[in-house]
Amino acid sequence: MDKKYYPIIGMEIHVQLKTKSGMFCGCKNDPNAKEPNINTCPVCLGLPGALPVANKKAIEWTVKLGLALGCKINTLSKFDRKHYFYPDLPKGYQISQYDLPFCYDGKVETSFGPVGITRVHLEEDTGKLIHQKVNGRDVSLIDFNRSGTPLVEIVTEPEIYSSLQAKEYAKKLRQVIRYLDISDCDMEKGGMRLEANISLLRHPQGVQTQTGHPKGGQLPNYKVELKNINSFRYLERGIEYEIERQTEILEEGKTPVQETRGFNAEKNITFIQRIKEGAADYRYFPDPDLPPIKFSEKWMGEIRSSEPELIDLVFTRWENDYKVDRKITELLFETAGESKKIDEIFINLTKQKLPVDKFVNAVANKKLAVNLFGKNTGEIIDIFKKSLAVDEITDDQLKTFIDKVLSSNQKAVSDFKSGKTNVMNFLAGMVMREAKKKVEFGRLSKLIIQLIKS
Amino acid sequence: MDLLELTIKDVSEKLKLRVFSCRELVEECFSNIKKNDKKINAFLTLNEKGALKKAGEHDELIKNDKKIFDKKPLIGIPIVLKDLYTTKGIRTTAGSKIIEDYYPPFDSTVVKKLIDAGAIVIGKTNEDAWGHGSSGENTDYKPTKNPYDLSRVPGGSSSGSGAAVAYGAALVGTGTDTGSSVRLPAGYCNLVGLKPTYGRVSRYGIIAMASSFDSIGHMTKTVYDNAKVLEVTAGLDPYDSTTFPIKVGQYTKVLGQNIKGLKIGLPKEYFVKGLDNKVNNSIRDSLKVMEKLGATIKEISLPHTDYAMAAYYILVPSEVSSNLSRYDGVRYGGTREIFGAEAKRRIMLGSYTLSSGYYDAYYLKAAKVRTLIKQDFEKAFKEVDILIGPTSPTLPFKLGEKVDDPLKMYLSDIFLCPVNLAGIAGLSVPSGFVDGLPVGMQMIGPQFSEELLYKAAYLFEQETQYYKIRPEFKNG
Amino acid sequence: MTKKNLTTEDILHIAKLGNLTLNEKEIEMFKKQLSSVIDYIDKLQEINTENIEPSSQITGLTDVLREDKIEEKRTLTSDQALANTKSKEGNLFKVKAILTE
Repeated sequence: MDKKYYPIIGMEIHVQLKTKSGMFCGCKNDPNAKEPNINTCPVCLGLPGALPVANKKAIEWTVKLGLALGCKINTLSKFDRKHYFYPDLPKGYQISQYDLPFCYDGKVETSFGPVGITRVHLEEDTGKLIHQKVNGRDVSLIDFNRSGTPLVEIVTEPEIYSSLQAKEYAKKLRQVIRYLDISDCDMEKGGMRLEANISLLRHPQGVQTQTGHPKGGQLPNYKVELKNINSFRYLERGIEYEIERQTEILEEGKTPVQETRGFNAEKNITFIQRIKEGAADYRYFPDPDLPPIKFSEKWMGEIRSSEPELIDLVFTRWENDYKVDRKITELLFETAGESKKIDEIFINLTKQKLPVDKFVNAVANKKLAVNLFGKNTGEIIDIFKKSLAVDEITDDQLKTFIDKVLSSNQKAVSDFKSGKTNVMNFLAGMVMREAKKKVEFGRLSKLIIQLIKS
Repeated sequence: MDLLELTIKDVSEKLKLRVFSCRELVEECFSNIKKNDKKINAFLTLNEKGALKKAGEHDELIKNDKKIFDKKPLIGIPIVLKDLYTTKGIRTTAGSKIIEDYYPPFDSTVVKKLIDAGAIVIGKTNEDAWGHGSSGENTDYKPTKNPYDLSRVPGGSSSGSGAAVAYGAALVGTGTDTGSSVRLPAGYCNLVGLKPTYGRVSRYGIIAMASSFDSIGHMTKTVYDNAKVLEVTAGLDPYDSTTFPIKVGQYTKVLGQNIKGLKIGLPKEYFVKGLDNKVNNSIRDSLKVMEKLGATIKEISLPHTDYAMAAYYILVPSEVSSNLSRYDGVRYGGTREIFGAEAKRRIMLGSYTLSSGYYDAYYLKAAKVRTLIKQDFEKAFKEVDILIGPTSPTLPFKLGEKVDDPLKMYLSDIFLCPVNLAGIAGLSVPSGFVDGLPVGMQMIGPQFSEELLYKAAYLFEQETQYYKIRPEFKNG
Repeated sequence: MTKKNLTTEDILHIAKLGNLTLNEKEIEMFKKQLSSVIDYIDKLQEINTENIEPSSQITGLTDVLREDKIEEKRTLTSDQALANTKSKEGNLFKVKAILTE
C-alpha cells in the first residue's frame, strides 16, 4: 500500500561520560551510587557561593566523539547558562552550550542513508527525581548524586525516515561511543537516553520505497517529542505507534498537537506528558564563571593523535584483508583498545598462515572459549592451533575404539540408523574420549558410519 | 585600650611585646559592640564564643612560637565578615530573610586564608540584601547607621562592615564590590576601601551577586592595614576559574616609596553632573596635596561614562536574576516570595533583559558598551598612571532619602561602577570632612595596579592623617 | 510619564520567567518602577556599537580547566548535604509530587 506520509524524524541522545569526577567539581562520578546524596559538594549541590571548574577530560572526550562522527570542531567555544526551574536542577540553570557547541556538522552512515549530526555538545546532568507515596501523600524525592555528571548531547538533523533507521542510528551511535570507551551507555541505568522528534510530511505523489525520502525539502509545521525511551525496541515501537497515531489525525484534516509524549511498553502506546507552550525561554547567556575554551593547534593535535582509527574503517579493512564479515567481527569487541588487540591477533595468525576467518567464526560461535583480552596473543594463537590440530592415530587403531563405543551405545546406534544424524556428534565425542585423541570430525564420522553399516 | 586608636600594625607590635593579649583585644571588640551596636545595627550574627576560643589559642601560640608573626601575619587581628561570605558552621544570611537559617557546611577560600593567617572572626555584618544597594537600607533586617552621624547611611552594600570598623568593633571589615559596595561605605565612614582587580581575590564561597563584576575587597582604617590584608587574600584559587595565575604583590613593602612624576588623570566627565560643590572643593584640596607630593595632574576623558550606569543596570540584574535562581527552598532557605522588593526588582529586570526578543537589544548591547568602557580606561592609562575622582557625588545622605526612588539610588554609584565594568582596581581613601561628614577620594588604576595605588594613597594619608578623626555618633 | 509602559501581562510574564508570584500591590509597583528603569537603560540604543565585540568575561582568561581527579576534601556527607533543608525523607530531599516526567 502506498503511504501518503513521510515520517520526518530527528533524534537527541544524551550520554553520561564515565569520567572519574564530575563535570564541574571533584565529586566521584557515580550516578548510580547505592546511597542517595553521598557524592555531592557545594558545587554540584548548588550551594550559595559555589563556583564551577571545567573537567578537561570531559571536554576532550566530547571532541573525540565529534571527530569520530565526522564533525567540525569550534576552536573557540564556551559554556552557557540554560535557565529553567525544576527541583532536580540545583542552580535553577543548567551549565550547557548554546551557540558555540564543541562539535557540529557531522554524519553517521546507516544502511538507509546518511544521518546528519547537527551538533555534539557538553553539559551537566541534573539530580534524579523519585516518585513515591510518603504518609499517604504523593511526593517527589530528590537524589543529587547524579547532579554534575558530564553529559554529552548528540543532535541529528531531521533526516531519519523510519523507525528501523532510527534504531540503526541509535545502535551505531552506541557502538561508536563504546568503541571510544567514554561511556558505558547503559540504557537501563540512564547512561544513554533516547529522544525522538517525530512528524509526518504529506507527500504529493505517495511514497514508494523507504529510501525515496524528501531530504532538504520543506519540514512539517509541528513536531511531537517522544522522550524517556530506554531501549532500542521501545524506540522502534514508539515511533511506529506515533506514525500511526499522527497519520490518523492528519487524515481527519487536523494537525497533531505539539507536545511531549512518553512510551508505555505494557500497552505499547505513546501518551501525553507535557504540552509544549511554544519554545521555552531559557534565557541563555555565556556563563561568566567559566572562561571560554580555545583549542590551540597543539591541543587539537594531541586530541587528534589520541583518536583511534574510525570504527567503520576498521571493519572495512578487516573485510578487505581477511574476508571477515562485519556482522561477525562486531560481536568480538567493543572498545578501540580491544580492536587493536584483535588486529595484533589477526596479524599473527596471518604470519603463521592460520585461517583468520575460521578463528573469527570459532570465537563468535563460542566454539573457541578464550578471553581475547585476558590472555596474551601468543597463548591465544596456541589455543587456536590446538583446536585445529588433530592427533596421530591409524584407521585400524580408531576402529578398535569405535567398536567399543558402538557396542556400549546400542540405543545411539539405533537412533542414528532411524535418521537422528546428530547422534554422530555424541558418538564421535565418545570415541575421541576413549582414544584420548583428537581426530578430525569428517574422517571419524566416515569410519563410524562404515562400522555401523557393516 | 582603645580600638579606635589602634591599627593592625600597632596591634601586631603590641601583641609581640605582650602589651595586651589577643583575648583582651577580642573582649574590647565585644565591649564596643555591646555599647554601640543597638544604635548602629552593624551586625547580624556575633561569634563571641568562637572568637574568645580562637583568641586563647593564639595567645598560646604567641607565647610559644617566636616565628608565629611570620607564619600568621594577621594573628590576633579582629575582623568582621560581610554576610555574603560563607562561613562554615556560622549563620550566613546575605542580609536576607530567605536564608535567615542557613548554616554553610564549608568556608569561603578567603575566609580560610584569613583564619589560617590568624585573623579572628568577630561576627557577620549587615548589608543590603544580596549586595543590592548603596546605602544599607535594602537589608531585610534593621538598616545600619553611619557612626559619624546616626541619621545618615554608612553607604552600601557592605554597610555593616564599614560601620563596624568605623566604631571600633574590629580592625578589618571585609566586603564585596560589584558596583560600589566596598568603596562607598569606605568613603562614607572615613575608611580605606579596596576594590581589587577582578580576579585578584577568589570569589569561591562568596554568595554571588553579579559573577563578572563581584570583586572581593575590604575596609581598614589605614593604607598599611589594607595592604597587609590583601597580601593574605590575593592569589590564584583552583576552585575559582576566574582568578589569575599572577604573583601576589608585595603591597606593604612599597609603602613609603616616593611618587614623584606620578601622572594623575582627572576624568572630566566625573567633575560635572550632580557633583556636590562642597565635595568637589574637598577633592580639589586633596589634589593639591598630591601635587605637593610630586604628582602631576591632567584632565582626561572617559567618553562613555554617561552610558556606564545603563550598561551596569542591564548586565548586573541579568547576572543577578541568574544567580538567584538557586534559591528555590528545596535544599536550603525559604520560598521565593520571601525575597525583598529590591531583589524581586532585579530578578524581574534581569529576566526581562535576558529574555527572548530582548536579549540582543539589552544584554548583548550592554556587553558591547562594556567593551567600550573598558577601552576608555585603557586609552586613558596610556596617558596617565592613575585616575582620581570623588568616591561619591554627594556627602553621606540621610536614611530614607533615596529609598523610594530606585533610579535615584542607582545613580549614587556613578563614579564607582565603571571600574567594575572594566574589571580594574579602585581604592577609596579618606579625603577630609565637610560639615562633619567624611568625604572619600577614589584612585583608579589598571588591572593589577594595587601596589601603585597603595603607594600613592599611603603618602597622601601620611600627609593628611584624616583616619585619625573619630566618629562622634551624632544625631543618635 | 515613562516612554516604556509595561502592562500587567508583561509583568506577569516576566515574573513567571523569574519564578516569582507577585501580589496586586507588587504588580502595580513594578509596572511603574521597571518602566522607568527600562526608559533609562534604553539610553544605550543611542550608541553605535557596530563591530564591537561583547564582553561577557572581563579577565581575558581562557582554558581554565581541571584534571579528572576525585577530590574527597570537598565532598559532603549526606547529613551535611541535607542539613539545611526544611523537607526531607531519610537521605533524600522531599518536595510536593511533580507530574511524571
